[in-house]
Amino acid sequence: MAAKDELGRAGEERAAQYLTRIGYTVLARNWRCVQGEIDIIASHDGHLAVVEVKTRRTAVFGHPFEAIDPRKRRRLWQLAQAWVAEHPDAARGRVVRLEAIGIIGADPAQGTLEHLVDIA
Amino acid sequence: MSTARTWAVALTGVDGHLVEVEADLSNQTPEFRIIGLPDKSLGEAVQRVHNACKNSGLDLPRRRFTVNLSPASLPKHGAGFDLGIAVASLAAGGAIDPRSIAATVHVGELGLDGRIRPVPGVLPAVFAAARAGFGTVIVPRGNEEEARLVPGLEVRAATSLAEVAVWHGADIDVPEVLPVEASAGPVREETAVDLQDVVGQEDAVEALVVAAAGGHHMLLSGPPGAGKTMLARRLPGIMPPLGDHESLEVASIRSLSGEPVAALDRVPPLESPHHSASVAALVGGGSRTARPGAIARAHCGVLFLDEAAEFSRVALDALRQPLESGVIEVHRAGFTAAFPARFQLLLAMNPCPCGNHGVRGAECICPPMAIRRYSTRLSGPLRDRIDIDLQVSRVSASRAMGESTAGMTTSEARTRVSAARERAARRWRSTRWRRNADIPGTWLRQGTLRLPATVRAPLDRALERGALTLRGYDRVLRVAWTMADLGELDRPGLEEVGRALHLRRGLPR
Repeated sequence: MAAKDELGRAGEERAAQYLTRIGYTVLARNWRCVQGEIDIIASHDGHLAVVEVKTRRTAVFGHPFEAIDPRKRRRLWQLAQAWVAEHPDAARGRVVRLEAIGIIGADPAQGTLEHLVDIA
Repeated sequence: MSTARTWAVALTGVDGHLVEVEADLSNQTPEFRIIGLPDKSLGEAVQRVHNACKNSGLDLPRRRFTVNLSPASLPKHGAGFDLGIAVASLAAGGAIDPRSIAATVHVGELGLDGRIRPVPGVLPAVFAAARAGFGTVIVPRGNEEEARLVPGLEVRAATSLAEVAVWHGADIDVPEVLPVEASAGPVREETAVDLQDVVGQEDAVEALVVAAAGGHHMLLSGPPGAGKTMLARRLPGIMPPLGDHESLEVASIRSLSGEPVAALDRVPPLESPHHSASVAALVGGGSRTARPGAIARAHCGVLFLDEAAEFSRVALDALRQPLESGVIEVHRAGFTAAFPARFQLLLAMNPCPCGNHGVRGAECICPPMAIRRYSTRLSGPLRDRIDIDLQVSRVSASRAMGESTAGMTTSEARTRVSAARERAARRWRSTRWRRNADIPGTWLRQGTLRLPATVRAPLDRALERGALTLRGYDRVLRVAWTMADLGELDRPGLEEVGRALHLRRGLPR
């Protein structure tokens, strides 16, 4: 496994722990379909959170959130719809929203974590 | 999440409108958006603000910024909003104190290195801020002198964005950088021209003094080499120096044209556009931003059209509206800009295309039709607005070579002109007019200022014969009053009326 994938894995692990700690229920991780992959799907207070996790060693080449551009957001919405179509029971009565978690640090378990709720 | 607001100025013509710069920081993926009808250069402020902040050691949060320029319906242009946008964004991000910026006006363009660059139109912008009651305005260092011309508010000149941020409470180091200087403008030739240099044209010099004293528009016609241009260049010097308000208006228009203004210039401006000038060059134009044309730049001064007959008819007729109203309006798709344009018109032309028509000892080679066509290049309505129509002839050899009798110097003439203008202003103090040229004809033909029939006789005769129109009649009366003011008389007598009529119809050949 390449170093960047390992970093990403570790970041997603950290993000899942963080979400569980603040009261989210993680429903799925690394859910794949033909269109791509959702890092984390979690539920929280009537919301269905589709979470994109971005991990960077340093901010020298840009902040992790800068990688989530309008194109990426559009694709996340499509993925969210695909997940809802496949899991109607889990999604029933819940409002889908996009969330982003950015982690900066050589060791994701220790780095700074930022959480954006309901990115448009 | 949080918002912050500060102020900037949008210019349409010389009118400045205060624009509220609102920055909102919301918890979204990074984006920077400017709304409120920005033009291309203002839209590019995104990159300039971003890099300037980073290179000043002030990091903007990586979230979504929305900057709104309110009123949203007013089109805004230029890079002068950069500083306001940067400061509002930094305050929304929490780097500087939002309360500190809320009552301050910011004007300036940002460089990528965080230095503040000078912008055109600082003077009218600061003027607008003062009129709107603001106490503090921050301007680029390169525009400091210009901004300080406006009384009644504190002007702070900044070299870099870091310096401004520290004033508003940021905790960063201010780097030592060289300020960006305003580009040096065209060097105005120090007008060392004196009225005394004019040899042997006593009549023309006297007519020039009359024009300056009464604010009368003037047409000089005569053969090449008669000294028309020489006379015209000496007109601004003998006009009374500009007052505070007038010189600020003149400086505002210069500032809008992009010329750096370091001090108030009391000498009335002289604009002499080339005869190939288009309507847009005279009137002012531009598709998004309206730049003042020659007419506006001649405000409070002299608009000198040399070789007036060579100007296009359309360009000349564009003068008619501002001559009447004192304002020139530039209409474009999104806006209307109004510039003040109370100028004194001075036209010079040859009698015919070859220039020799009517000159003693010279032969005119133009066919009669060409002479006729040439003299009708100035349309009737334009001619009607000209009070003094003077024919200048060449100076004879004996006068030019002989012992020069010292003529009137510029300063002598200016003293006479100022005294005459004061007399006129005293007479018209109960009206809203100050110069004889502005007085409506009915005031001079009726009521207490009506001249006795004996004095009016030559005029009445000319009117009866049809040699004068009623409008022309009024113009002669105005010039006669100016002559009376110059002669320190209470009202014009037969001699003044006769001389005024003479200036109206030109010298007999």
